[in-house]
Amino acid sequence: MAVTLLSFVYLALFLTLPPLLLGVVNRVKSLFAGRQGPPLWQLYADLRRLARKGAVYSRTTTWVFRAGPVVGLAAVATAGLLMAFGGAPAALSFGGDFVLFAYLLGLARFATVLAALDTGSAFEGMGGAREVTFSSLAEPALFLCLVTLARATGSISLSGMLGPALPDAWGHAAPALLLAAIALFVVALAENSRIPVDDPNTHLELTMIHEVMVLDHSGPDLALILYGASLKLFLFGALFVRLALGVRTGGLAGVAVFLAGMLGFAVLVGLVESIMARLRLVRVPQLLVGASVLSAFGLVLLLR
Amino acid sequence: MFFVILAPLALAALAFADPLQARRPRALLAGGLLHLAGVAFLWIARPAPALGGWLELDPLAKVVLTMISVLFAVCGVYAQGYLARRPDRDNRVFVGGLLVLLSAMTVVACSQHLGLLWVAIELTTLCTAPLIYFDKSARSLEAAWKYLLVCSLGIALALLGTFFLALAGAGEGGPRSLLLADLVRAGGALSSPWVRAGFVFLLVGYGTKMGLAPLHSWKPDAYGEAPGILGALLSGGVTSVGFVALARVVQVCSAAGEGAFARDALVGMGLLSMALAAVFMIGQSDFKRMLAYSSVEHMGILALGLGLGGSAASGAVFHTLNNGLTKGVLFLAAGNIHRSYGSKRVEDVRGAARRLPVSGPLFLAGFLAVTGSPPFSPFFSEFSILNGAIAGGRFVVGGLFLLFLSVIFVGMGATVLKVVQGDPSGAPEMHHGDSWLTAAPPLFLMALVLALGLFLPQELKSLFDAAAARVGG
Amino acid sequence: MSAWTEMVFILLVVFDFFLLASSRLKAVIRAAAAQGALLSVLPLLLATDKAEIGHVLALSIGALVVKGVVIPWLLMWAIREASIRREVEPIVGFIPSLLLCAVGVALAFAFSSAMPLPTPEKHGFLVPTALSTVWTGLLLVVSRRKAVSQVIGFLVLENGVFLFGLLLSDFMPAMVEAGVLLDLFAAVFVMGIVMFDINREFSSLDTEKLSALKD
Repeated sequence: MAVTLLSFVYLALFLTLPPLLLGVVNRVKSLFAGRQGPPLWQLYADLRRLARKGAVYSRTTTWVFRAGPVVGLAAVATAGLLMAFGGAPAALSFGGDFVLFAYLLGLARFATVLAALDTGSAFEGMGGAREVTFSSLAEPALFLCLVTLARATGSISLSGMLGPALPDAWGHAAPALLLAAIALFVVALAENSRIPVDDPNTHLELTMIHEVMVLDHSGPDLALILYGASLKLFLFGALFVRLALGVRTGGLAGVAVFLAGMLGFAVLVGLVESIMARLRLVRVPQLLVGASVLSAFGLVLLLR
Repeated sequence: MFFVILAPLALAALAFADPLQARRPRALLAGGLLHLAGVAFLWIARPAPALGGWLELDPLAKVVLTMISVLFAVCGVYAQGYLARRPDRDNRVFVGGLLVLLSAMTVVACSQHLGLLWVAIELTTLCTAPLIYFDKSARSLEAAWKYLLVCSLGIALALLGTFFLALAGAGEGGPRSLLLADLVRAGGALSSPWVRAGFVFLLVGYGTKMGLAPLHSWKPDAYGEAPGILGALLSGGVTSVGFVALARVVQVCSAAGEGAFARDALVGMGLLSMALAAVFMIGQSDFKRMLAYSSVEHMGILALGLGLGGSAASGAVFHTLNNGLTKGVLFLAAGNIHRSYGSKRVEDVRGAARRLPVSGPLFLAGFLAVTGSPPFSPFFSEFSILNGAIAGGRFVVGGLFLLFLSVIFVGMGATVLKVVQGDPSGAPEMHHGDSWLTAAPPLFLMALVLALGLFLPQELKSLFDAAAARVGG
Repeated sequence: MSAWTEMVFILLVVFDFFLLASSRLKAVIRAAAAQGALLSVLPLLLATDKAEIGHVLALSIGALVVKGVVIPWLLMWAIREASIRREVEPIVGFIPSLLLCAVGVALAFAFSSAMPLPTPEKHGFLVPTALSTVWTGLLLVVSRRKAVSQVIGFLVLENGVFLFGLLLSDFMPAMVEAGVLLDLFAAVFVMGIVMFDINREFSSLDTEKLSALKD
């Protein structure tokens, strides 16, 4: 009973905290650049402002364009149901749910890309092409990480993989899990359009990936997209934090450890964004394939 | 035994220190003659194994060492004339390098320890690479770079293979040694998967050194660009010691019960080498590169003979001797023709028989000998390899062997005849005719090849058999 | 102790990946140097009581000095001296070579788990790591255009062979081990000299230009 309650506590955190996570990332970047930076709750304010506005729709767009943000947010939020935050059992779990998890994220991306294509704009099409290219390279890495995790813990559901079996797995398969964690971090950066793959702050269409796809969205639609993106970052952060920390805790202490880990993740992302430059687009596949190779190597270590 | 190793080294040091360009080639002559004398003494004295059994003059070593010694002495004479014609080039490295090469080849031939063997083979690579660059041209640099890179890769893999073999004997009750005798004695106690894997790496490694088919890529370039004298020593000496190294490895494999595997691999590579040489020999327009492919072919024949075993292996040992001497004839004669015309392209060179009354016909005779025409000695060694194939019931192998030999005869003949026949007037002229210092050495080698063909002393014959029997199979 | 050894092996393989994936020449040289330096720790970590401490120390320090310092320094010097461009210029792209390397690593692990190790006292990751590194070296040599890259490839290959040699360090004479270091030094030294000359002849260290000789 307490476990279920804990799951709902985590779900509540999942739905409320993500904008704050982005706020922390931006604060770290600002501090690094010697600026004060926007307040931590900036994104909440942005969301409220956008929600109050009306949306503008181009006459060339169809229902696909309007469905994009909604489907995207719904898919990511549903993926959150499967996620075992902080090692507590997920709200929903069954064998092989990690496949559904990965493909819900895929569905969100698919909806966003379709909406971008629906505008008929060359720039958005370009962004969609890049997004799909890079995520098709990030997906093998993600799956290899999850399979490594499954192999190490002997479970094929996210709750099992990230649950109490994980600390034991760190005992006997530490190198493989470490490699998987590194690969997962790279995947998290790529999937969430962070530096070194994409720059969330850029406004130059030629170099943008994610941002260029959502240029035509406005008002509540944009709010949904921004919120969905922050949820996605939070999800990947939760996965990474749990995999990397892998400690045996429960209850409120577990929540505290989880939150501290998420803070660390945000600081880490901010640090990477501050000290690294964005990679040239042709180098991005290299990075992602490198991540896949690392996690594949981890799997090889486990299989022998 | 130490004398034949150390004397060339000492002379190399002397030559290196000698400031007089004109005097340095004498060191080559002295080295060759001293070495020859030393080897002759070893024939009479029959020395006991030295250095705790690491060096021993077993039958195979005896054959190869003698061949190398004769070849080097002859090249030493030739060098007097050759280097006198190239006063523009600093020969300090050239002379020193050749003498170190002689010493290293001696060590390889006599070595009974796979580690020592490897070090010596490594040394042969290191000391010949700068020699290929003797011409200091862009092309010779390219050849030297390829030679160095390909051979050092081969050498590194051979070391890995050596480690594999050592590991094979590292288990409980294993010999934990790389001494040939220990490994052979341990025989079945060696871990056979490691022996197999080790053989593969060693075949690739030493096969590169020999220039067996898929690993021969350095050969045409190096032989094409190197001075004739180095070509003779590379194709007669260095590849032969590569063969010795491979034979030692096969000996270990046979003892470990992996002989069949090793032999099949050798037969396959041998046939592949011959086929590839045949293809590239047809229409070859550079006669020195043609000789390189001929060397690939003959290394193939050696591998084939070693792989077939029995009388074919004995033939292969005999063929090492013949190939070394005949290649000496061909490369030295080709070097003379190259010097005289200033070109090694077939379209520039014609009528060598008329312009060079000794070297031209020698080139032709060398061609006949190397392609296995009677009465020259390669005919007999190739015949005994063929004999071994047929006697072993391997008719397909024998048939392919004959087929490749005849294709090579035709392909090589076309090139050689173009060079030797015709009217030399109008062809480029460098005013380097035959002098006795450059013409007599190949002539002497040719006579030796003919003599071995006409009359093979029983003592030599039994030496080949003993060497083949040691390899096993 | 064993966990640290394991991490060292894994790091060595990760360096293999990095060597093939990096596009900057200096980064590749640094990675090769770091790999060599890391390698020099292993004789100490793997030493059993059967080994003589003198040999172990000599091997370790020798590897550190030669593989980690001298040869990378020589390569850096060659780059500066010959003002070589800083890109790697692969013949096979970075991603295909990375994937090839991954396949090689997987095969190396499969191979070594199929081969019974006669000396069980050594670490189980030694053989696959050594073979992976050898494979990486070979890939670097054949898939890179520049002479410097080929030298680095050879260096990495030698690292792998050295690693494998550690299996035998208990009972093999030091001669073989000295042979490894010596040969490495000599080979790269000679290559360096030749490279310098390649530069003078062609005003670039691109071995692709070395293609006048072919059939």
